Parts: sequence; C-alpha cells; structure tokens
Amino acid sequence: MTVTDETQTREAPELEIGRARFRKEDERLITGRSRFTDNMQLPGMLHLAMVRSPFAHATITSIDTDAAKAAPGVIAVVTGEDIKDIQGVNANAWPITTDQVTPTHLPVVIDHVACAGEIVAVIAARTEAQARDAIELVDVDYEELPAVLDSKEALKDEVLAHPDLGTNKSAFWQLDSAAQGSGGDVEEAIAKARTDGVVIEREFRQQRLIPAFMEPRSTVVDPTGDQLTVWSATQVPHILRFLIAATTGLPESKLRVVAPDVGGGFGGKLQTTPEEFATIAVARRLGKPCKYTETRSESLLSGHHGRDQWQKLTLSAEKDGTVTGLKVELIADLGAYVAVIGGGIPVLGAWMFNAIYKFPAYQFNCQTVLTNKAWVDAYRGAGRPEATFGIERMMDELAAEVGVDPLEIREQNWITHEEFPFTTVAGMTYDSGNYEAATAKAKELFGYDALRAEQARRRADKDPVQLGIGVSTFTEMCGLAPSRILGSLNYGAGGWEHASIRMLPTGKVEVITGSSAHGQGHHTAWSQIVADRLGVAFEDVEVLHGDTAIAPKGMDTYGSRSLVVGGEAVVRAADKVIEKAKVIAAHLLEASADDLEFSGGRFGVKGTDRGLAIGEVALATFAAHNLPDGVEPSLDSDATYDPVNFSFPHGTHLCAMEVDTETGATSMRSYACVDDVGVIVNPLLVEGQIHGGLVQGISQALWEGAEYDENGTLVTGSFVDYTLPTAADTISFVTDTTVSPSTTNTLGTKGVGEAGTIAATPAVVNAIIDALRPLGIHDIQMPCTPERVWQAIQSASTPPEGEREAAPHFDERAPNQDPPGGSITEGGAQ
Amino acid sequence: MTRITVTVDGVEYFDEVEPRMLLVQYLRESLGKVGTVIGCDTSNCGACTVHLDGRSVKSCNVLAVQADGHEVTTIEGLAANGSLHPMQTAFHETHALQCGYCTPGMIMQACDLLKDNPDPSEQEIREGLEGNLCRCTGYHNIVRAVQQAAGAMREGVAS
Ligand code: FES
Ligand code: FES
Repeated sequence: MTVTDETQTREAPELEIGRARFRKEDERLITGRSRFTDNMQLPGMLHLAMVRSPFAHATITSIDTDAAKAAPGVIAVVTGEDIKDIQGVNANAWPITTDQVTPTHLPVVIDHVACAGEIVAVIAARTEAQARDAIELVDVDYEELPAVLDSKEALKDEVLAHPDLGTNKSAFWQLDSAAQGSGGDVEEAIAKARTDGVVIEREFRQQRLIPAFMEPRSTVVDPTGDQLTVWSATQVPHILRFLIAATTGLPESKLRVVAPDVGGGFGGKLQTTPEEFATIAVARRLGKPCKYTETRSESLLSGHHGRDQWQKLTLSAEKDGTVTGLKVELIADLGAYVAVIGGGIPVLGAWMFNAIYKFPAYQFNCQTVLTNKAWVDAYRGAGRPEATFGIERMMDELAAEVGVDPLEIREQNWITHEEFPFTTVAGMTYDSGNYEAATAKAKELFGYDALRAEQARRRADKDPVQLGIGVSTFTEMCGLAPSRILGSLNYGAGGWEHASIRMLPTGKVEVITGSSAHGQGHHTAWSQIVADRLGVAFEDVEVLHGDTAIAPKGMDTYGSRSLVVGGEAVVRAADKVIEKAKVIAAHLLEASADDLEFSGGRFGVKGTDRGLAIGEVALATFAAHNLPDGVEPSLDSDATYDPVNFSFPHGTHLCAMEVDTETGATSMRSYACVDDVGVIVNPLLVEGQIHGGLVQGISQALWEGAEYDENGTLVTGSFVDYTLPTAADTISFVTDTTVSPSTTNTLGTKGVGEAGTIAATPAVVNAIIDALRPLGIHDIQMPCTPERVWQAIQSASTPPEGEREAAPHFDERAPNQDPPGGSITEGGAQ
Repeated sequence: MTRITVTVDGVEYFDEVEPRMLLVQYLRESLGKVGTVIGCDTSNCGACTVHLDGRSVKSCNVLAVQADGHEVTTIEGLAANGSLHPMQTAFHETHALQCGYCTPGMIMQACDLLKDNPDPSEQEIREGLEGNLCRCTGYHNIVRAVQQAAGAMREGVAS
C-alpha cells in the first residue's frame, strides 16, 4: 500500500469506496500499449480522405472526380450522389418543440453546402498520404450563396442558412414559473422593482468554443459479409449503433460498434458524425475495411462546437438585495444543423439559471437559430455552464448595486441547508446540499478576508496592478436522466443505464457496464464499488465496456451520469448476484437462507462459524453438481437502472486575479474551491476531474473562442489560433470537498465530471470585473484577453457620467453591450 | 525512396522511406510503434514527442530521413528490464493522466526536462512542458508527477 492510499482513506479503511486507488487503466497508457482507433490496421484496409467545402454556403453544380480516380493508389472517389441510398443521416434526437425547424443533415452533401468543411466527396486510397494527395484533384463547381453568420442577424430571416426552409428560426422554448405553477409572475416582479426596488439588466455573450479533445476522431469500419464492425473514437457507442441502424436501414443485429481507448471527449464525441457515416457507406460500397482519421484542422473545423449564446438577463430585487424575479432571454446559435442533442443543450439551462437561489418568480425563454457555421452541441457542462455564468455574473452585479460583498448577497438568497429537499422556482427538487458549509470551507482555504483587505489597500494606494476576487457558488443537475422526464421533454431516448456482473468459476468477477469511458477511470471506480459490494478483492474485478458485442445495452458517458446512474446499475446487479448466491449457499451449508448473513464476501450461518465465500459459491455453481431443485446454475445478473431524480452537486469557487490596469494583462494568483459531489468513491479521480474541469472553465474566461471571418471561414482552425492553455499558463489549485450525500441513489454520489468547468468561468470573469469595478467597468466579453481588458479600461476612463451607472438598461451605447456578431478584431468593450 | 538505418527502442531497422515521410509516420505506419500518437498538424501539441539521440523532439516535426543513423527512443522503449521508468510510475501514482492521449509525449518531454534540470521548481516544470498540451488533467497532477519523479531519480542517483 502506498502513502497516498493510507493518508486518503476515509473512516473505514477496509472499504474500497473512499480510497484513493491508483488507476487500473494506466499501465497500457503509460507504456504506449494504447488502443486508440487510429492505431488499428486491418488487412487490406483502405484509407479515406475527405474533400471538404471551402465555402460556408453554396450549391454544388458539378463534381469531376476523374483526375482523382486516376491518381496513384486511389481506389475510389465517392460522392454524396453515389451513396445517397445507403449513407443515412446525422439525426437530431431531441426536437425541443414539435414544430422545430430541422434541416436534413446528410453525411456527404449532395447539392447544398450549409457550412465550411462539409464533406463533398470521399477518396479511398491504399495509403493515407495517397488519399490526401488526391483531394485537390477533385474538381468541384460551387455557386456561392450569401451566408448568415451572426445569430441576431439570422433572426431577421433576411439571409437564409437553408433557403428551402424559409426561416432561420429553429424553435422557441419557454419555461414560465407562473404558467407551470412553480412560482410567481416575473413581469410583475420586474415592474414592481422598477418602482421601488432594484432592476439589473445585462446582456452577456457565451462565445463559441471547440471541445478540442486531444485525440482526433477516427473511425475504422470492417464489413465482413453482411456484418459490419465499426470502431470509433466516440463517447456513445450504443447511441451510435442505434442511429446507424435507424437511419441507414442496416439491421441493428448486424452492427457491432466498438469504442476502444478514446482520447477525451468533453461532449465533443457525443455525436454521430458525418465522418463516421461516410466511412461506413464507403466501406460498404467497396466491401473493404476503411479507416478515416481527421487532422487537427479538420477536427476544429468540422467536429461540433459548443456554447454560442447571447443571454439577455433581467433580475429584479428588493432594495436590500433579496431577489424577486429573473427573466432569461436566450438566443442560441445552433450552427448549420440541429445536431444530435444540439437544440436541447441551451434548454438544459432552464433549470439552472435559478441556481442555488430562492427566486419567487422566473421565466426562461430560448430561441434557437440556424446559421452557416459548424453545428453546436454538447461541450463539457452543456447548457449548465452558460446558465451558471449568467446567474453568477448577475449576482455579482446585484451585490455591487446594493453595495454588499458578493458572498453576502448569495447567502441572503440561497437555499439554506435546513430547507432540503427544496423545490425550486423552475420546478426541480434538489435533494440535498449545504451551501453554507462549502462556502465556509472555501473562504478559509482561500484566505478570503485577508485578500479582501489587501484589495482594499491596493485600491486605496492606486496600485496599477489591481486585485480582483471572483465568486461562483454553483450547482448543476447531473445523473441524466429519469426517462420519464426525458420523454416529457420530447427527447428521443431514455436515461437509464445497464450493468451485468459475471461470476467466473475461479472467483474473479467481470463487470459489464453500459457507460463507455474515455479517461474518467470507470474501470477503477467500478472495481471499488463491486469489491465492497461483493466482498472480493479490488484486483479480482475486471470491467468491460465500450463494445456493443460485450456490453450490448447502454446509454454511454456524458452529463456526469456514469457513476450516479451507471454506478447504481452496478450496485443493483451486484445485489442480484448476492441474492442468487444466497440460495445456493444455504443449500450447500444445509441452512435456511434466512439464517445466512452476507458480509465481507462470505455467507455465514448466524451464530456459527460455518460459512462459504462468494467465490466458493461461484465455483460450486459452475460445477452445478449440487444445486437446489429448480435453481439454474448461474449467479450472473443484470440490472437496468432508471433514476428517479437528477442529482445536484454544488460548490463554492473563489478566484483571485491580478489585473494590470496599464496593459490589460491578467494573471491568476490563486484559486480555491470546495465541491460537494456527494459520497466520493475515489478522491484521486474526483480531484482529477475537478482540476481538468477548472482549466476548461478558466480557459473559456481567458483564452478560447472559435472565430469566423465575414465569409464564414473558421479563422481559429488550428492549434496555433485556437489557443488551449499550456502548463505554463495555469497554476496549481486548492481543492477540497464537503459531503452531503445524494438521497437519489444507494451510494449517495452526485457526479463530478463537469463541476469545475461549470463553476470556474464566472469565478474568473467576476474576479477581473471585481478588480476593475471602481473604474466603472461591469462587463468584458470572453475570452477576456489583455486586449479586451485594456479596451474596457480605455473606454471606461472617458465616457460621460450617464454610461458609468452601475445598472445600465439595455442601451446600445452602454459599455456592457457587445456588438452583435463576432469578427476577430472586435474588442469586448467597444 | 530513400534508404535509412535507424535504431528505435534498441532495435536497428533498415528501411526505404519516402523523403517526405515524417518520423512519426515512420514510427506508426512502418514500425507499428503506435504508442507515439499524433494530436495536431501544426507541431503545437507535443503528443508525438520522442527522444532523438537522447533529446526530446516532436516527431511530427522531423523527417524520417533525418533520423537516418540516429537513435530514437519512444514511450514503448522507456521501461527498462521490465520495470517502469520513474516518470511512468510517477504519472500513475499522482493520477497525471486521464484519457492518456497526451501521456506518451508528456512523459518523454518530462524526462528530457529533468535531464537539464534534475531539481526544477514548479515554474520551471510548467515552462519545460509548455510545448505539450493536455486537455484532461489541467496540468496540476502532471506537475506533481514530475516533482515526484525528480525526487525519485535524484534519490536513485544518490544511492
Ligand atoms: S502531433 Fe502535435 S506536435 Fe506533433
Ligand atoms: S490525459 Fe487526456 S489529454 Fe492529457
């Protein structure tokens, strides 16, 4: 046992749950024996390259493939027309309204291109280099059409992303607390506050991001007879299998989908992609194994993007800062198509804008809109970071207006720990939480009071480098999701998860899970859960996943659902194993099953020292020589668990930023967070998820943004321009946890995969604004680059008095207004 | 085609390669050394980092022909005599990898860093790994891993 193991063990050292176990997954990854999709070579395999449209919007008038077909090593050049009967479609599985406008998304387009990077033809060649060489030999005639790139422009329907649809408006979705009976009327609350309270109105921009997982997507397809095996770098092998079958007509029973080692996803591989469908179609057409691996530039261009919203927010409050209402008006840019759950992502924010607070009245409005840019779908947090950013920024604005500390205004409005379970104004029931405890711990770890004192000193001293302190007290909904709720939202599938446990005759245990991991450490955590439940050694548990032939049922990994839903399925399957084994153990021990107790992996006869280990029962069951009459010789068990509610992790994140008021440069001084993710199975894995999540959230605040030029060309199309943070850009974090167990699953877990990302972005931006607020600055558009910070400082130092009010109303000239649309040259404060 | 002789992970190979073939392609496609992976097309990510004559290089930034007559070590050749390199152990024990895609390059770069500076500060570690991107870990535990490995390797030298 290692030092880490001992020091991080919770109160019951003999239990696996709570131990900082090192990961079982690591060995092959640290020795280069990884099994990423692109590592695969099959006999006779062809390599594919995609011919992509350089135009954002165009019709295709002709495609000449002759020269490409004659190029060395080229076996075939396939167009959309060639495979139109077999290629299927990239479906939208969550139409948020029954009349949602949903353009047909063909994997390989036939005559209409709706965004740059769409696939126009596929080249199959003996080597990857030969396939790529032939790309420029394909002669495509395009007739360029005007492109609509800005979501606010798109709403005018003057230029159409899809002319045949007649509109760019995809769907409008509303939640109104008065209408659904979960709260009061928001318009009344706002009207009242306009006369005798406080009204804060802001418009925030959630810039477009790119998930930028490190492993470029890759697909290998092997058509053998009438069977088809698809290996793909995907988070969702089960969903992919279903959607291939549903849209191509291939029988599901003839399809095997495997997600081998997958190099990160963050929602970016929660998709069925044109590249996957094109590879399948070409492999079927040629009857040969085919592989397609994207370049990084292709990944950034044609993998789905995330976020991209305008948020118009109106918060009403009493003069003392008690919030009376929140109205949210979103414009969500879906890009060129409604991706698999693209339309639903912004709608997930409907239950999150009210966050941890007791708002009496609430309204959420979301208009989704089509443009000629890459389609938008899940990116870590998916709808919840956007909402959390909006409300946590607003709470800081309210604090400034009322003139109190931002933590104080939150405390005044949050749900206290005695009030759980608490049904929110959006209609969600939060089962547990303790915002006071997490906040108290975070304040202490951060040294909040000392930093505030230093800030006051430096303000008084007119230090050119100002200190800002950012607060984010977030919650999120995890454990997606109760199937009935998904059904009521018109989602195309359920939210259950499946697990099986196989008891091998040698006493080893195989756990089959429908949650397909891509770096989270399921193998380790599931082993810990099963080791405790069945009383077997951690080392004796093997976890199998990610192959529909091995794990035939599953809903895969996203939305921080794996442990909460998939882990619970594992628990239930284990309990069924114990129930089955108990009958056989009783028979072998010649005792009544009622007289047996199961603990530490052993069935003991109460009051005696007689007993049998579960492994012994497994061996006896395998031999099947002496079983009770009518009992089948198997302990193997399945469970499919459908959650009854979501879970609600929360936390308090505190960030200190140094802001140079002369240059606009910012640097992070410290970051402390305390997360309550319920009961922790493995603290090492939890910390890892928090750290990684934090950097993605911080990066949205400071560095990342997908930008298009006025022609619809992605100008952040490589890692030179899409600037991911490096080790040198980031700092070490102070992380800790509080535990209020979830009551909605046996283990008391809540989910941790997205917490850091959701919480961090507003913490960082709040810190920067906090540093600059004395200058009259109350918003800077993300990413808060030095240029934008400097611009904000410049424009704040000169404006007439009227524009420096703390609570401006919606006025195009007000400093918190960003110009609609996004050219790369604009500054946030223009 | 050009003839090259190159030693990779202790084995000498004689091969004919296209002059434009990158070292990383040679490793993956010709030798099946797929432990070294590709994460970008602009030499930004460092996922492909290997050692060329003992110093780290991005193998997507070197032509296979440039390795002619030289010695290459990949992640697959780092463990010696069946035991992991202290850097590999440290990555495992500090949970410095999640999906593991950046890990081969990160480990190779971290080894190189310690060669120059056996006792680096946190900031020196962060700057030394600047050419390697990781999207999963937030770098926090990668820094811990390098610190732990540095300690273990200094002790190893001392004893
Ligand atoms: S593959 Fe990205 S630097 Fe070599
Ligand atoms: S561990 Fe996934 S990119 Fe570093």
